[in-house]
Amino acid sequence: MEYGLKARLDIRRGKPGSAGRFERYEVPYEPGQTVLDALRWIRIHRDPSLAIRFSCINANACKECMIRVDGKTVYACTTRLTEKEMTLEPLPNKTLIKDLVTEIAPPDERITGDG
Amino acid sequence: MIRTDVLVIGAGAAGMYAAIAAARSGAQVTLVDRSLIGRGGATVMAQMTVAVALGEEAPDHWEYHLADTLKAGRGLCDEALSRLLCEDAAECIREMDAWGVGWARARDGNRRHIRQVQAPGHDRPRCVYVDFVNTGPAVSKTLRAQLNRMPQIRRTGELLVTDLATQAGICIGAHAVHTTSGGSVPIAAKATIVATGGLTRLFQRNSASINMGGDGYALALRAGAALVDMEFVQFFPIGHLAPRLVGMDPIMWDPFRYKLGGKLLNADMQEFLKEEGRYVSARDHATYAILMEVAAGRGSPHGGAWLSFRHCSEAELRSAFGPVIDRLAANGIDLTRQPIEVAPIAHYHMGGIRADIDMQTTLPHLFAAGEAVGGANGANRLSGNAITEAFTFGRRAGLRAAALAAKTGMPSIKPKPSAAPLSASVSRINPAAEIASLQAVMSEHVGPVRTCAGLERALEHISALGPECERFRAPQAGLDPEWIDWHDLRNMRLVAECVTRAALARTESRGAHQRDDFPQTSEHWRRHQRVRLSSDGVRLEG
Repeated sequence: MEYGLKARLDIRRGKPGSAGRFERYEVPYEPGQTVLDALRWIRIHRDPSLAIRFSCINANACKECMIRVDGKTVYACTTRLTEKEMTLEPLPNKTLIKDLVTEIAPPDERITGDG
Repeated sequence: MIRTDVLVIGAGAAGMYAAIAAARSGAQVTLVDRSLIGRGGATVMAQMTVAVALGEEAPDHWEYHLADTLKAGRGLCDEALSRLLCEDAAECIREMDAWGVGWARARDGNRRHIRQVQAPGHDRPRCVYVDFVNTGPAVSKTLRAQLNRMPQIRRTGELLVTDLATQAGICIGAHAVHTTSGGSVPIAAKATIVATGGLTRLFQRNSASINMGGDGYALALRAGAALVDMEFVQFFPIGHLAPRLVGMDPIMWDPFRYKLGGKLLNADMQEFLKEEGRYVSARDHATYAILMEVAAGRGSPHGGAWLSFRHCSEAELRSAFGPVIDRLAANGIDLTRQPIEVAPIAHYHMGGIRADIDMQTTLPHLFAAGEAVGGANGANRLSGNAITEAFTFGRRAGLRAAALAAKTGMPSIKPKPSAAPLSASVSRINPAAEIASLQAVMSEHVGPVRTCAGLERALEHISALGPECERFRAPQAGLDPEWIDWHDLRNMRLVAECVTRAALARTESRGAHQRDDFPQTSEHWRRHQRVRLSSDGVRLEG
């Protein structure tokens, strides 16, 4: 990477009912890049099984990528990476689906079980 | 198992309008989306304008809108579809107005008329919008509010349709995966509408959401329906390039240019499109011109062009774009002091599923709507026609699907045999990484400027990927990201092959399809190529 910057992300992983764990990822980045950029980079280069929810990538239009970064609720697509360590967790007040994904669909737009 | 009169796949503007229209005609409707309802897809991201001959700003008639659409289409529009788009537009736009979408208005004596701006390729002010760069979100929200009022519409997000179901040559619904639980959900439907949008995710730089991998084209193709005009991918010429801008759609400079003009400049700070500060160049011409400047060594530092609004005062900028100026400031951008960099970005697909003016595809009981339909915009789409197409085609598809459902019995659909169990390791690829390399190949060889050698190289890559896409393990619970990527890769690969083969066969340049080795437009090629899937693979007809 041209700038040699590295973000250090501690990401909460796990499924409902399991204890969960933090995994540490180092992600090269350029100034201006976002937490969502880093999560997408991890899926391509380190671990494709990392679950995240997003649709619009950069426009902050879909509002699907809401997570906790360092204890604050933010959109991953508008939160910039820094060289400090960052802790990423799923929303605490929503049902966990997997890793950083929580149940945010309106109740009447979900189906339960396998339909 | 879900049973429904009308199944609508995709909850963008076309799908939502289709669901409303079908429900109003008395059908029970199921609207599904792989994302959340009204959040994924392209509509919610549209920050620009909607073309319609309302005559609010200047006298107009849909026939003038049609003439501009056909001209922009470079001789290749399916005129019946283009006519439907232009003729039905006013009713849909007025209906959206009545539903409270909030089209921007201007005072006109004691009346407040809907504002219409003149976009490139239009002969008069014809494009409506919602301030400030809020057209798409406002459209989405308005349609959602209407849906929510209609108990005969069942809305279900997180349902990813993997295949259409057919029986005796007609479409009888679809097979879906509930991404949260990983469970299979067969959906029996008397009529099915595909409203899944386009394919711009095939390219690295695109203005679309993650869902735009050509799902609907792959579904239709595998079920036996024909696609048309697959080689025509529109690149939006002035997609944002640098500096990095977050929280904004990369096509956001379009409304800026409508309102403020702006100057497109090369590395020597010279205008190269003879626009004289106005916004008049058609998208195919502007895209090509920018790429030619870059090829000649006159590109901006990141490989595009400069776009400057330095002629505008802070007050002018604020009056035109209010809070957006603050969002730019948060990104470190002050337009009064600095030009920004722009470059062509994959934006829209003119091709798609072949449908007639009833939105009926070549597969009985399967309809299409919105960007998923091919042909209305020929070889180059006129600015502002995409949302109009979503409304008008969605409404028509909903009406016709409901009418067909009313005289059709409920089909019975069998659950699909399950995929390989988790323990059977059927593919060792990382689908996320394969998607990234497919996007790189498509961008390099199947972008706005194409050659025989490049297209053949792309086909090699696409063909080699085929066996990897054949089988994968069954989906697991928890939005199984690897399985979803594999599903996307499988569809993207198939659709990429359609685009590339059609581009290779079309030995001319026309609109969005520019061949370096065949630079002339040929009268012989004033025709459509259809694509079908046969037992031997992708087949061109035409």
